[in-house]
Amino acid sequence: MTLPINNDDGDNMSVEAAPSKSSLGDVASERAKAKMPGNAPLGSGLEARGIHAWFGKHHALSDVSLDFAAGTVTALIGPSGCGKSTFIRTLNRMHEFIPSAAMAGEVLLDGKDVYAKGTDVTKIRLQIGMVFQKPNPFPSMTIGENVLSGLKLAQLKVSDRENLMQECLERAGLWAEVKDRLGAHAGGLSGGQQQRLCIARALAVKPKVLLMDEPCSALDPGSTLRIEDTIGQLAQTMTIIIVTHNMQQAARVSDYTAFFLSDGGPGSMIEVGPTNEIFSRPRDQRTENYVSGRFG
Amino acid sequence: MTTTATPVVPQKPWQATPKEIAPTILLLIVSLLASVVIVAMTPMKGKLAYAFLFFVIGTTSLSIRKWRIRGRAAAADAIVSSIALTGAALVFTPVISILATTISHGVKGLHWSLFTQSMFSASYQDPISAGGLLHALVGTLYLILISIILSVPMGILTALYLTEIKGPGANFIQFIVQAMSGVPSVVAGLFIFASIIVTTPIKASGIAGAFALSILMIPTVTRTAQEVLLLVPNDLREAGQALGATQWKTVATIVVPAARNGLITATILGVARIAGETAPLLFTIGGSDKLNWNPFKDYQGALPFYVWKGLMMGTPESVQRAWTGILILLILVLVLFVAARTLGGRRMKSK
Repeated sequence: MTLPINNDDGDNMSVEAAPSKSSLGDVASERAKAKMPGNAPLGSGLEARGIHAWFGKHHALSDVSLDFAAGTVTALIGPSGCGKSTFIRTLNRMHEFIPSAAMAGEVLLDGKDVYAKGTDVTKIRLQIGMVFQKPNPFPSMTIGENVLSGLKLAQLKVSDRENLMQECLERAGLWAEVKDRLGAHAGGLSGGQQQRLCIARALAVKPKVLLMDEPCSALDPGSTLRIEDTIGQLAQTMTIIIVTHNMQQAARVSDYTAFFLSDGGPGSMIEVGPTNEIFSRPRDQRTENYVSGRFG
Repeated sequence: MTTTATPVVPQKPWQATPKEIAPTILLLIVSLLASVVIVAMTPMKGKLAYAFLFFVIGTTSLSIRKWRIRGRAAAADAIVSSIALTGAALVFTPVISILATTISHGVKGLHWSLFTQSMFSASYQDPISAGGLLHALVGTLYLILISIILSVPMGILTALYLTEIKGPGANFIQFIVQAMSGVPSVVAGLFIFASIIVTTPIKASGIAGAFALSILMIPTVTRTAQEVLLLVPNDLREAGQALGATQWKTVATIVVPAARNGLITATILGVARIAGETAPLLFTIGGSDKLNWNPFKDYQGALPFYVWKGLMMGTPESVQRAWTGILILLILVLVLFVAARTLGGRRMKSK
């Protein structure tokens, strides 16, 4: 089954006019409407071309090409084991930590391949930050030290550390809760606070792109909502790519959604499009089945 | 306060009341009496017989009681609990026994001049009040200090290479470390004697003894540090590198501080491994009876050496010196442990 598509580039007016297939589609449309003004691109974003990934002989990901326009939020959805996390870990070169890992393809950041010979991988990771599935604040540091740990780790100099700390915590939506206990250990924070601390930590080195690998999967609904708010705020100044198993979340936070699937072989990308279209009138039957909850 | 409601008192309804415990205690007393009677009436003799009979009769009677109250599973539970408790007691008894024997024998020889005099002008056969073991205490402190300086950095760096870098030869180094931890301590002393004392200008002295002890200490520190570093979650390493840090920066800023307390434990275990060693010192330190503050020149004494000498002489006075030496060695190691623990803990909190 295919649905008639008249425009792929997310013309929001016509999406609104089209009959919605699901409530998720409605959520996404609402979001798209709200986001319309001031969605100006920042720089040239991130571009993945023909990405393959292997673990030893296991071909985990096959031929994924995706553009992430600057200033947009892209959600990667799909069942477990379809290669979403592997894909985003190729984007900031975290994939290569696994000894048996291999990859093919290009990842262009502002037009330059991050895998080009002679590229300083630490510089790449400074520009493409990452937030992990499990909150992982550094246990030996205080809340304040955690926020600024990136400066120490990457040996960056900043003139006004206090200001930067406050700015990052504010942007991560944590400032009000921790401003009186910046010297306390991060282990005393709740899971949701720890994750927002990890976001603040990632922001302190001023990345252009932020990768989030299921950032809310270990959190309660309240904390999830706060982090989604944070994502909405951050999207005005950076490119965000978020892996999520929660389709409501994808509909709520993202401008574009990419659906990944593995049919027993390597995972691949089935479909990408404006989020409201993916949820209301997907082109591929498998996407339709997944977003309507018939499997996965 | 206007409320008159009776305050809720915290209770522990799951705890047995004295009335419930009484039969168990009674059964244990009866079993003890029974074992005394049996030992008296049969040719069985000695503490072992008491312990064995008490274990058998006590376990049987308790499990029968449980069986009657709560059935077969509870009886099996009582038997296994009893065996586990006996096992723990068997392991714990020698430790307590060693401590008690050392303390009871050692305190008789304690007197102030032990810490102010050496054995330079006294003989081991002299009454215990003559001479002291300052020379041995100084020697042992130097040995521990120098061994820590030599072994802890080397052991931790090796552990970092094996767990973090996993570079070329890691498997081979791992094998060597394991083999090294099995080296008999006398071989370590002999090795330093043959390779350093005979062939280089370094003669038998404190530093040569510390070299020999380091051969024993390095593998202990390495293996413990390795275990500790493996406990640091991989998430933290990834988080560090995702922030644009080099591997070295991640290890130094995140992994090592996270493993800090464990690394202190590794050091303590290393010191525990060497503090009482005599064999590696036999050919390396000289075992002088004279106080020597310079570990780089001339013979030095050491507490284990002092103990060994005292035992070898075999007179009541010299054996008394040996016991007192052991007691002081025990106290010294204990003090070092407590100091390391509190220092490590405090730095962690104040940070």
